[in-house]
Amino acid sequence: MSDSHKTPTTAQAQAPAESHQHEDLAHFQQHVKKYLFVFYCLIVGTIVTVLASYVHFDSVALTIAIALFIACIKGFLVAGYFMHLMSEKKMIYGILLATVFFFAGLMFLTVWSMHPSSLVHIGH
Amino acid sequence: MEIPYVVEPRQDTGLFNAKVGIWLFLASEVMLFGALFSSYILLRVGADPGTWPHGLLNIPLGMANTIVLIVSSITVVMSWASLKMKDFSKYKKFQAITLLCAITFLCIKSYEYHDKFTHYEVDANPGATVQVGEGNDVKPVAIKPGDYLDGHILEKDNEKLVLHGHIINRIEAAKVTHAWQEREIKDQEITIKQSDITLRPDGKKAMENFGPWHNTYLAIYFTLTGLHALHVIGGALVIGFLWGPGARMWKTEPERYTNRIEISGVFWHFVDLVWIFLFPVLYLL
Repeated sequence: MSDSHKTPTTAQAQAPAESHQHEDLAHFQQHVKKYLFVFYCLIVGTIVTVLASYVHFDSVALTIAIALFIACIKGFLVAGYFMHLMSEKKMIYGILLATVFFFAGLMFLTVWSMHPSSLVHIGH
Repeated sequence: MEIPYVVEPRQDTGLFNAKVGIWLFLASEVMLFGALFSSYILLRVGADPGTWPHGLLNIPLGMANTIVLIVSSITVVMSWASLKMKDFSKYKKFQAITLLCAITFLCIKSYEYHDKFTHYEVDANPGATVQVGEGNDVKPVAIKPGDYLDGHILEKDNEKLVLHGHIINRIEAAKVTHAWQEREIKDQEITIKQSDITLRPDGKKAMENFGPWHNTYLAIYFTLTGLHALHVIGGALVIGFLWGPGARMWKTEPERYTNRIEISGVFWHFVDLVWIFLFPVLYLL
């Protein structure tokens, strides 16, 4: 939650200049507005997810796709804004890139193992 | 020896120690929950028809818990922003709401767990008659082969068992593939004689509650939500410590304290993030 390239560094924050403090205040007040907007979006997203589950879709795949699509948007908002990933340092992106790679691999193996022609599929 | 970069960021990475630490930890957490989500997919796809329940959980309660966690997320981020704006009293108020949200979440989750432990599946002997309905509107219903009772125990003695639920045939249950189909089944009061409950080969009655042992869905449900609840407890303990005794640091090292709130907040948002996926996967699909 650093917003390091937008928000002042620690050393700067300790600077006594009054004008800096006013800038900081205005800067974070702007952030607060953004957080509240994300909060409302998350609440709306939750309501839409629940309402969508009451719609009688015949396709199970469509039901799952809609629910997961909304969950992905909500997840993006939480990670991007509340966890400040939209404005993080390169090293954090590097760590997450490795995580995404292994997570995607895990999911690929999961789906692959269920394929009828898969060599790793046991049972059928 | 003084530990470097606990407050000021390193020149090369632009990050302080705890920031790197929490993201490495969260990377491992993604893989931990990822493995369990992978298990969920395999169990769900591999389940025989009729053995994977849909619409079993209480959606309003699940939705309430989702909103509780979203509210806690905004209060966490607002508490950090308050510290950045040097408003300590506002920080205290926001984090107090976060802690209340954590307690509320755990209370609702406990209620849901209790609900599952009092929810039973009861096999009745084919040909037996059960009484369905309440008051003057009670009618006898004959049990057919493959029928079983599904509901919450209202009353139990040596003679009879009273459930609030429904009678369903295993063939019919196998046709339920959507949560909305399950929700359309109406529950009523059902009274069955103890002697009409099927006996297993070991002499015990064929009735079992919806604990994690009941089926693979409940096994993965309790595993995923139990692990998530442990994260909520862990996060609440850290936030609670920093809010209480740990808050002394604000007077001596305000920047370091703000960093600690930031790191505990990142963890809390991750807990919220996991629930955002758990809710539709377990409750709605």
